[in-house]
Amino acid sequence: MNKDTKIWTIVFMVGLVLLVIRSFMVGGLFGTAYVSVEQMEYAEVSGGVGEENWVNINSEEALDFDLTQAPDRITWTKFEQASPKQFDEAVLADPNQDSYRFSLPRTVGLWLAVFFTMAIFSFLYKDNPFYKIAESVVVGVSAAYWMVVGFWNVMIPNLFGMINSNLVNGWAMPGLADDESHYIYLIPLILGIMLLMRLSPKGAWISRWPLAFIIGTTAGIRLLGFFHGDFLAQIRNSIAPIYSTTPQLAADGTAILDAATGLPVMGFDFWDSMRNILMIVGVLSCLVYFFFSFEHKGAVGKVAKLGIWYMMITFGAAFGFTVMGRIALLSIRLEFLFDDWLWLIDPTGKRLADTVGIIMSSVPMLS
Amino acid sequence: MKRTVPLIITALGGFVLIVAYFLPSTLTWGENAAVWFDVLAAIAFILGGGNLLKIHLKKTSDKVSGWGYSVIVLVAFIVTLTAGLLKIGVNPNEQFPNYPFSGVYDQVGSVFWWCYEYGFKPLTASMFAMLAFYVASAAFRAFRAKNFEAMLLLGTAFIILLGRTFTGVLMTDFIPDDSFFAGLKFENLTVYIMQVFNTAGNRAIMIGIALGVASTSLKVLLGVDRSYLGSGED
Repeated sequence: MNKDTKIWTIVFMVGLVLLVIRSFMVGGLFGTAYVSVEQMEYAEVSGGVGEENWVNINSEEALDFDLTQAPDRITWTKFEQASPKQFDEAVLADPNQDSYRFSLPRTVGLWLAVFFTMAIFSFLYKDNPFYKIAESVVVGVSAAYWMVVGFWNVMIPNLFGMINSNLVNGWAMPGLADDESHYIYLIPLILGIMLLMRLSPKGAWISRWPLAFIIGTTAGIRLLGFFHGDFLAQIRNSIAPIYSTTPQLAADGTAILDAATGLPVMGFDFWDSMRNILMIVGVLSCLVYFFFSFEHKGAVGKVAKLGIWYMMITFGAAFGFTVMGRIALLSIRLEFLFDDWLWLIDPTGKRLADTVGIIMSSVPMLS
Repeated sequence: MKRTVPLIITALGGFVLIVAYFLPSTLTWGENAAVWFDVLAAIAFILGGGNLLKIHLKKTSDKVSGWGYSVIVLVAFIVTLTAGLLKIGVNPNEQFPNYPFSGVYDQVGSVFWWCYEYGFKPLTASMFAMLAFYVASAAFRAFRAKNFEAMLLLGTAFIILLGRTFTGVLMTDFIPDDSFFAGLKFENLTVYIMQVFNTAGNRAIMIGIALGVASTSLKVLLGVDRSYLGSGED
């Protein structure tokens, strides 16, 4: 047994022992998920409000119809996430209730999420097969995820829905697209098919045409957008008064008014003026630092140096926020492990403190 | 044909949109181009998926080192894709119960939602969370206060971090809120740094980026920069 195998064996053994301790000594069930169950039933009725002629038989709207004359029904079961506390309270009120139940798929998912979290964190020790498995799953799932999002959010409504709205209306998105067909959208469809030629060994050059369209339009939109939204807007915002005034206040906090004009008497606002001066000096000095057309020597060098100091403060602030963001993410993952999985903490009150045994006895496969 | 036509398409697409911006009757061209761009980006995801399949199927069939991980990639990809495209486990939209495919693809409880909730989300969140350790490690090595600039960076980061925590607020809690030195309280210093110094630095950076984007865009539109066309070997 080599060193790595020994280390991993020890890690697994320690983990297993801790889980056993959690199960039997700290007490109770953990790492299970529950759902609320709702039976949805729709009946086809005639003479309803608007064009829709299906009504939920449990809704108030259903009272307006004679449902005994509506034999056509559509039913399905709706599952919503439920907390152990909700499940527990329902079991306490009625042991034979069927509004809440244990969810095997979500429990398996929870444990899988725990495995993935641990597998990713195992990279802190060194690269290993568990991390590689998790990494492979990320690649596969994320590629498919963005494909699905692009298909349902963009291609269906903005491409197929625009080319032939009836195709989408009568199938996936009833009521979304209008009745018009915009055949101009055949152009992006053709460009898209040309883009897929990239996968063909001999036709790859064809994909340059849609790529050229993407590059060209992006360049055009970005050129204007950045000039208008960033360049001009930032300069406009930087033009601030270096002598700032503010209404003078009386002892009772009300503004002092000029006897002749009736307007508030304005006085010098030192802190606001300082803020504006520091801001303008900062922007100008940073811009001088970015100006590389002549050497940073003498007065220019000193201003550029001041610009560097401003930049260092900016980067320090950005670094501080990045660290805080990462730490927050880490704490969310730890909360997931200790709250959702191990049930050792309960910051949002998802569980009843003394009813773990009740949950255990009410789930047949776990009792 | 292989290089000239793309150059013409690039120039036409870009300059038409720029000109359209200044003509009231053609203002919507930019919006339409953005929609077309989104459509092509969505199709580019298909291209990416196809490329992923091609590469990993080849690795698997060639049984190259680590081909088992390629199998995992393929399984994860195909399961998620099938679940999402076929809307497996998705209930109909309650407004349109007679349309089985009318439910949203990421409906809570569906197979695609399951893949996202228990696969994609914990994996990506953990990866980003792990960066906390590396950021701390990098900071320890990089932020030794060797000179004045490094001290500024380090000091600002500390003030920002302390100003947003309970401990930081407690540390300068002894300074009265209405005193002349109230601005030195960590929470107030943080706000002042963000409002003045950070804004000034970011403003200069954004002006620089805008100028850079404008010049790069012009180079692309005028055909000076042709790097996006590749090497020309294919």
